[in-house]
Amino acid sequence: MFSGFMVNAWEVASIVAVVAGVVGFFTVMRGSAFAAHAIPNGSFAGAAGAILIGVNTLIGLAVFSLGGAMTIGLLGRRGRHDVATALTLVAMLALGALFLSFLVEYYAEVYSLLFGEVLGISPNEIAPTAILGALCILAVAILYRPLMLSSVLPDVGEARGISSFRMEMLFLAVLALATTMTVPVVGTLLIFSLMIGAPAAARSFTDRPLVAMGLSVAIALLIVWIAIAASYETNYPVGFFVGVGSAVSYTVGRLCAVWRNRRTAKPAARGGGLQSDAQIASNIVT
Amino acid sequence: MSHFLSPVFAPGFFESEAVHIALGVGTLVAVVTGVVGVFTVMRGQSFAGEAFGDLGTTGGAGAYFVGVGPLWGFVLGNVIAAGAMEAVGVQRVRGRDLATGIVLGAGIGLAALFLHLYTTGHSTTGATVTILFGSVFTISSATIPLILALSAVVLAVTLTIYRPLLLSSVNAEMASARGIPVRLVGVLYLLALALAAALAAITIGTILSTALIVGPAASALRITRRPLTALLTAAGIGVGAVWLGIVLAYDSYHWPPHGTIWPVSFFVVTLVFITYLLSGLPEARRRRQADRRSSASPVAQPATPS
Repeated sequence: MFSGFMVNAWEVASIVAVVAGVVGFFTVMRGSAFAAHAIPNGSFAGAAGAILIGVNTLIGLAVFSLGGAMTIGLLGRRGRHDVATALTLVAMLALGALFLSFLVEYYAEVYSLLFGEVLGISPNEIAPTAILGALCILAVAILYRPLMLSSVLPDVGEARGISSFRMEMLFLAVLALATTMTVPVVGTLLIFSLMIGAPAAARSFTDRPLVAMGLSVAIALLIVWIAIAASYETNYPVGFFVGVGSAVSYTVGRLCAVWRNRRTAKPAARGGGLQSDAQIASNIVT
Repeated sequence: MSHFLSPVFAPGFFESEAVHIALGVGTLVAVVTGVVGVFTVMRGQSFAGEAFGDLGTTGGAGAYFVGVGPLWGFVLGNVIAAGAMEAVGVQRVRGRDLATGIVLGAGIGLAALFLHLYTTGHSTTGATVTILFGSVFTISSATIPLILALSAVVLAVTLTIYRPLLLSSVNAEMASARGIPVRLVGVLYLLALALAAALAAITIGTILSTALIVGPAASALRITRRPLTALLTAAGIGVGAVWLGIVLAYDSYHWPPHGTIWPVSFFVVTLVFITYLLSGLPEARRRRQADRRSSASPVAQPATPS
């Protein structure tokens, strides 16, 4: 389980889990779950387009995920955000369907982009994944305070000169970067479950933002490690274990939160994980 | 007549049975998704609409694996998913996307498992692609009664709860103050949406399902503020996009690269997207005029006695 090609899988999956834990924390915080679904899912069209014109699929993924992210941000500025996201997603998917209809013999490759082949990673994929992953973390670290403020209290952020629109665009760009690095190695669908399940679970355990982020990374790592081990043992797809693992971790988190709330019996805490926004806000503003 | 129209309608368009079925089913689905979609957009549940398209895939893959008709898989998968979303907490507006995301993640994981089990048994990924992308040209006439029944159920549910649904979508607090069971209405609507998405996904593919639920409705709501007019406009835009898309896809056989049909979904989505962008123009112009007026007003204000 720890030899040969499996070492690559462990390394890459760990990098992906760390990035998903960090970026996903803000995704959940900002309520951007739909964008986190749309950008990776739609970016597969970029890969299909890249195959069609014969360039590196990474370039296609980068162009489409960044283009999609910017379209979501711009269309969402005026008009409903979820509508903008949905229409951008279907536009990208429709382009993907068009490219695919020209590329009859590449169905298998697309399948692997959707569901990922973490067990089939080659050693030369590790370096680009690690570099792009480090860039993502760096971007989040630089943006941390303004992004946090604008996610939790957009009005206070605006008053302090932090443009919500600019923060939204920057965050979507980070999401696009994370997509570009993770999709070729783990697929579009897996990264989404990791980005939502682990941070949502983490937020049920604590109200302190940095602790929650650390916990989110830890849970994401735990999910992927268990998933890879289970997939190695049973030969079932990794995506299955990650999807189920994310849902289970979220459920456990919610149950713990309910139990905690009942024990402390705070009537104000009845809203579940969402009430903690105010507490997180007070933690960062002071 | 047909000679005169041949630049628009490629030869054989009116004779092909596949085209007849595609036009008929496409119209039906566009009407159903248009009506349901207006509420989806009003309630901010586009993500749920999109998720049902994908989650139906899980049910469809499961149906392939078990060996029953995929339509049942789509329907059952979505009904279970709607229940799961309700349980996770889709009723809170702020937690909606998160609840949808959690259920979607788990569902996609299951889809991966089903497809893995199915494809290792049958050594083909063709099933995957059919399930994911679907095509309006490959509907068999045997499923049409089921499609009709499903559409009737969705429309009946939506129109039965029309007034309470409208009020609770616009203002949930006012609705519950008036004694409307907002949560029950929400659950019924979520079920209608789940069925509509299943219907659309199985007949015209998951891409078009989302496009037709969100696009025409969002455009209609930008054009008119009256709910009934919006329902009709949304259905009309959907039907128009589907018809034009089918005509263009049929014509595209004669376009480069030779011998392939461009996907219907590409044309329909492009038309829907353009309609959405155009529908925003009147409002943008109004806003620009308002901006000009308000930027001019500080100068004018001192002159006006208050």
